[in-house]
Amino acid sequence: MNYTPSRYEGLVHYGTMRLWFISLFLPVLLAGCGEVWNNPYPHEDSGQNTLYSVFEERPKHLDPARSYSSNEVEFTGQIYEPPLQYHFLKRPYTLEPLTTAGLPVVRYWSSDGHELSPEAPAYAIARTTYDISIKPGIRYQPHPAFAVEESGQPRYLGLNEQGLASINTLGDFVYTGTRELTAEDYIYEIKRLASPRLNSPIFGLMSEYIDGLDELNRQLVVVAKSLPRDAWLDLRPYEFPGAKATGRYSFRITLKTHYPQFIYWLAMPFFAPVPWEAERFYTQPGMAERNLNLDWFPVGTGPFMLSENDPNRRMVMARNPNFHGENYPTEGEIEDSKKGLLTDAGKSLPLIDRAVFTLEKEEIPQWNKFLQGYYDASGISSDNFDQAVQFSPEGEADLTSEMKEKGIRLVTAVTTSSSYMGFNMKDPVVGHPGGESARKLRQAISIAVDYEEYISIFLNGRGIPAQGVLPPGIFGYKDDFNSVVYTSPGKRRSIEEARRLLAEAGYPNGRSAKTGEPLVLYFDTSATGPDAKSRLDWLIKQFSKLDIQLVIRATDYNRFQDKMLQGNAQIFQWGWNADYPDPENFLFLLYGPNAKAGRNGENAANYTNPEFDRLFVQMKGMANGQQRQEIIDRMTLMLREDAPWLFGFHPKAFSLQHAWMGNVKPNLMANNTLKYRRIDFLQRERKRADWNKPVFWPFVVSLLLLVAIVWPAWRQYRKQEEARA
Amino acid sequence: MSFVPEVLWTDALIWLLVFACTFFALHVVRTPVLRSSWHTVLERPMGMASLVVLGVFVVIGLADSLHYRTRLDNGQLDVEVKSILDRALVQLKQHTERTYSAPLATHAQARETIEKPNGGQAREKPRLQFGGAHLADPEKEWTGDVLIRMASGLSYGLIASIGFVCLLTLTLNAFWRCGISHAFSRLWRPQDKDPAWRSLMLSSFLLLLVSGIIFSLADGYHVLGTDKVGQDVLFQTMKSIRTGLVIGTLTTLVTLPVAIGLGLLAGYFRGWIDDVIQYVYTTLNSIPWVLLVAAAVLIVQVFIEQNESSFSSVAQRADVRLLALCVIIGLTGWTGLARLLRAETLKLRELDYVTAARAFGVSGPRILLRHILPNVQHLILISIVMDFSGLVLAEAILSYVGVGVDPVMNSWGNMINAARLELAREPVVWWPLVAAFSLMFALVLAANLFADVVRDAFDPRAAGSSGANS
Amino acid sequence: MIRYFLRRVLYAFPILVGVNLITFFLFFVVNTPDNMARIHLGVKHVTPEAIQQWKAEHGYDRPLFLNRERSGFDSVTDTLFVDRSQKLFSFDFGKADDGRDIARDIKTRMWPSLAIALPAFIVGLMVNITFALLIIFYRGTRLEYAGVVGLIALMSISGLFYIIAGQYFIAKLWQWLPISGFGEGINAYRFILLPVLVSVVSGIGSGARWYRTIFLEEIGKDYVRTARAKGLSELRVLFRHVLKNGMIPVLTGAVVVLPLLFTGSLVTESFFGIPGLGSYTIDAIRSQDFAIVQAMVFLGSVLYIIGLLLTDISYTLVDPRVKLS
Repeated sequence: MNYTPSRYEGLVHYGTMRLWFISLFLPVLLAGCGEVWNNPYPHEDSGQNTLYSVFEERPKHLDPARSYSSNEVEFTGQIYEPPLQYHFLKRPYTLEPLTTAGLPVVRYWSSDGHELSPEAPAYAIARTTYDISIKPGIRYQPHPAFAVEESGQPRYLGLNEQGLASINTLGDFVYTGTRELTAEDYIYEIKRLASPRLNSPIFGLMSEYIDGLDELNRQLVVVAKSLPRDAWLDLRPYEFPGAKATGRYSFRITLKTHYPQFIYWLAMPFFAPVPWEAERFYTQPGMAERNLNLDWFPVGTGPFMLSENDPNRRMVMARNPNFHGENYPTEGEIEDSKKGLLTDAGKSLPLIDRAVFTLEKEEIPQWNKFLQGYYDASGISSDNFDQAVQFSPEGEADLTSEMKEKGIRLVTAVTTSSSYMGFNMKDPVVGHPGGESARKLRQAISIAVDYEEYISIFLNGRGIPAQGVLPPGIFGYKDDFNSVVYTSPGKRRSIEEARRLLAEAGYPNGRSAKTGEPLVLYFDTSATGPDAKSRLDWLIKQFSKLDIQLVIRATDYNRFQDKMLQGNAQIFQWGWNADYPDPENFLFLLYGPNAKAGRNGENAANYTNPEFDRLFVQMKGMANGQQRQEIIDRMTLMLREDAPWLFGFHPKAFSLQHAWMGNVKPNLMANNTLKYRRIDFLQRERKRADWNKPVFWPFVVSLLLLVAIVWPAWRQYRKQEEARA
Repeated sequence: MSFVPEVLWTDALIWLLVFACTFFALHVVRTPVLRSSWHTVLERPMGMASLVVLGVFVVIGLADSLHYRTRLDNGQLDVEVKSILDRALVQLKQHTERTYSAPLATHAQARETIEKPNGGQAREKPRLQFGGAHLADPEKEWTGDVLIRMASGLSYGLIASIGFVCLLTLTLNAFWRCGISHAFSRLWRPQDKDPAWRSLMLSSFLLLLVSGIIFSLADGYHVLGTDKVGQDVLFQTMKSIRTGLVIGTLTTLVTLPVAIGLGLLAGYFRGWIDDVIQYVYTTLNSIPWVLLVAAAVLIVQVFIEQNESSFSSVAQRADVRLLALCVIIGLTGWTGLARLLRAETLKLRELDYVTAARAFGVSGPRILLRHILPNVQHLILISIVMDFSGLVLAEAILSYVGVGVDPVMNSWGNMINAARLELAREPVVWWPLVAAFSLMFALVLAANLFADVVRDAFDPRAAGSSGANS
Repeated sequence: MIRYFLRRVLYAFPILVGVNLITFFLFFVVNTPDNMARIHLGVKHVTPEAIQQWKAEHGYDRPLFLNRERSGFDSVTDTLFVDRSQKLFSFDFGKADDGRDIARDIKTRMWPSLAIALPAFIVGLMVNITFALLIIFYRGTRLEYAGVVGLIALMSISGLFYIIAGQYFIAKLWQWLPISGFGEGINAYRFILLPVLVSVVSGIGSGARWYRTIFLEEIGKDYVRTARAKGLSELRVLFRHVLKNGMIPVLTGAVVVLPLLFTGSLVTESFFGIPGLGSYTIDAIRSQDFAIVQAMVFLGSVLYIIGLLLTDISYTLVDPRVKLS
């Protein structure tokens, strides 16, 4: 701080002016370079076969045994390869081999060890086996865990703090290697599901099905206690009956029950191979301090590998040079070739070299960067909807001319998910204890809450009002209507009718017939964020149609979860996304033994109905067919009558693609579709330059404004100087 | 239809505050020194004008602090808690549309799919249910209708202004006893040491004109448009005034006793008391403020959850949360003032008359009350008025972080938070944001200007050096 | 001097313990370790066993303040609080609840925060001082009046407005700069300009007004009159003599915030998507990552205390009459 004051004076005075000058004119200086100013990517990245996308939240786990959220699977799906995958183009969703030679051979066994025919009744089946054989010659991505010395010893083993001194990220390891994929790797991952170190989210579920997984877990808990906390828990020595190798390239999974939905799990990263070398590599001392672990740096056989992982800013996936090769599908639905989805048929995948995912938490910047051409695809929030989409007089969604001019294309799909409002059936007023009166109350509310309006205000029509639990695209869905709420398709019963039901329930005009007290209901929510207030206001408005006072109990996420677990909520909003395309995955949301309160299940409404539960068990073991459909119909009718849910809506996903992005077909089951995408990056380059010409006039205006401010000051100064002279 | 008054916690405190202010005002009138300082505040045009604007906000806020519940025909009390302001603006409150509409619009802002009478569907902007509903052909009649309403609004404002001036003249005549014509001319050419009457009249005139226009337009239109679920934005901003005022004032009510008590104690007694108090405020200060408030607000939420049954209505729940927010901000925000008072007390305790009093054996508390407190009064007053605007602004930030007032409560923070997404809409929805920002700006600007004038009048150091006195 | 320094460091210790106690108390009143486990394990299919395991793995299975299973002194020391505090005081922040190493994250995220906060601070200081002196230069004229009212108007606008307006006009409508995000190395400057501009503009109102009062106090002093009597021009008097003497309170007031520049601004960073410590903290609050919250609060307090220390030292540097005792 040893400046002389006079020097400082100059610094302040002129320095400020100069800085002002720079901040105003820097963009102008940049314009001299002939570049757009707002490109968020480094200059050297332009003109490459790269896809640009976003992630809204940093993924917590990229370990296939742990990741479950859709934002995590977006990455693990491209890197890890489970045995099976969904066909990219075919509908209904069809499983096809990914790393296997063919689909698994499923065999059923009786309790005394006899093989049963596939038509055997579910109760007779004691065990099911899946025989899976993988293709030979598949190799892992290059990774330091596989690097070996000339002597054949692993290069990076027995590392210590010193050896890691120059290492900050995975890319700092100079040597890499690879290894062939074997059946043991698949088994290793299945064992990992039971590892106490990993807390796999599906362990609880799988231990009910996979033979011996429970015992393996108990065994491993004991072993883990005896090891230091950070030491490697090598799972190879622990045999268990649920998964056994039958050869170098083949293995068998044994289920202790009949669970036909299991095959879908074989298309999820939970069942992707994990090499034991990677675990050994990452558990060396010093790795954890550098955030080097399997949760952040996955090792897979898939078409891409994670080459850069800065979850605070961006994640980059690059083409895996060791990828075993796969070709673009040659067949699809009839209109697929018309849509240009088969132009790349037979080409070797992946079609892009790199995919850059940038962290983008706020919606506004994301949308604007998409419009500026810096992201290749985007969803549409309800707030940008009118800018992007208009409806033709026939009600067909189409892009606005502004979007069409930019060459943007619209892809829509009804998602396989349900968003609903649930009643807590344990509640004395709205639930089972309320009996018939509560049921009428629920029905009245179901009529009053106008989800058509909700969809139109908050979703801009991007959703279809649900008539039951099952969304379209799932077996068992029927295009009929809920006669409790509607008189004909799309025609809601009148408010008068709802009021009548309310009166029958014992609350004429929203007041208790017995005590005269007004009916007050409570809506529990953890909603925060910009949109929350208007949604809650809307909801209050709906209930006030029946003169019911709705009190919002807003709380934080934890408190809300607690309430749900204890069964203390009254009315709440919830949603469910399909794990796999089977009605079991939705109807189990109302299966009694699966209740949330007390049992920690997914039946958030705590609905119990013995008849429904019985039908559910029956339906679960059946193959899709007429008989199954009939049972599902009966279950649906039961739910409509009982109304434990206000069947909200099935959201429609609208997404926008720039003209340069190809091969986009919504596939709600597959999570490894990045390899099919095509990018015309030259076109992208041209369009970006075209769209991002900076606007100049504000410069001139702000200059004039500056003059207007300075001018009187200058005049005053002159006047003062003159007066002095 | 009878009604029963309902006193919410914040209502009670607000009226207590009003009572305290009245008491303070009487005290000022009786104390010559204070009286002359306040008089200089009124002499300054800026002081007078900002006082008028603040006065309007306070009146609206107070009207919104008188709550009641109506008795239903069967003798039961209605669940909904209403205020006098709700009653006055009942038309605005009830005229809700379906969704967005621009200020003074006759059609909704967005297109909707409409079933045509002939069976087909069309995508067009539907007419509003209330906004401009009296027009048969909006395209032709709208301009004329709006102009006529504005003109009549202006004339109402003009008439009211004339009435106001007459009333003022009459009052002052009764006070000065110098004849009506003389009083009238003195209003326009104030004598030395007269309050800034011209500023008073001008600002009231402008306010009356604006409210006249709004009043006559609001009858048939949504003057500031409607929000996402069709509620009138004007109504929401008016309701938000109370929230802003409550946070700005009640927080100070919590801060003051703590800050004054601890500041004086630390400065006067020094020694270990000083050490402890300094320790407490350094510790509090070194925790990031937002984190502190966020954590405390979450605790209060848990408390509310656990005592669910004591809050039967939305209003009570939201009110307790608002009060809690004030208490939290107050309890975390006393350190600045306490530090200031401590430093001042350190100086004052060495002054002759204080040491003399001590020598005579006057007790510590008595010295603090009699000799020291009166001499730091101006610091306290200045900090109250200066903090007010900061607190109103802080509410918006806290709502953004997600720890502000109850999400169903009307507040500028909630409005701004919701409006962030609206700017990305196309065509852009600017009116809720502009409405919230401009009303908040008006209040905070008035408060800041007032604070500036008050500081000039009371702070001996700033006196005479300020330039804003031309 | 050295004794004073040591005393201040010793004094800092109980403050940090207090801060820790408050953080612990505030956090665990609202969050049970079970809640935290559930958040980190995800929503679907979470079993009580998994929660127990998670707690054991992250050390949350111990009692918070009092271990009833141990006796005597151990009942106080074998607790989560003591364990965590000990580690913090040796700056061993450990792992975040999501498994990442906190110290490493802080090291990398510190730079983006600094890249925004430091220029904003320096440019802001210069702009504010210039405005303050200019307004003083025109004192007694209508320009001063307009200037003061203008400053009050500027400070009456919500900070959120500046951010929203800046993003809307400069980034969206005129496409001068990227709307949000951050870049590496030299490429970062394009992302820095807008947040810095917004922070500077939003700080002018209160900053310039504050400096104006400081300089006004100087202007009444004797040396100013002497300087004027020497026939120096008013501009020269202001920008040489008044500025020089006024800089003492200005700088000593500014020093206290210097260390805190590292921790960045919570709101600005999350609006502009800057991967700094401010957004790190906000994210941690939102995802209830206690380890990060605790580390950041601790770091903030340490920096604040360093700031106080620097203030004291700077007093003695600019004014030798002040003795540290």
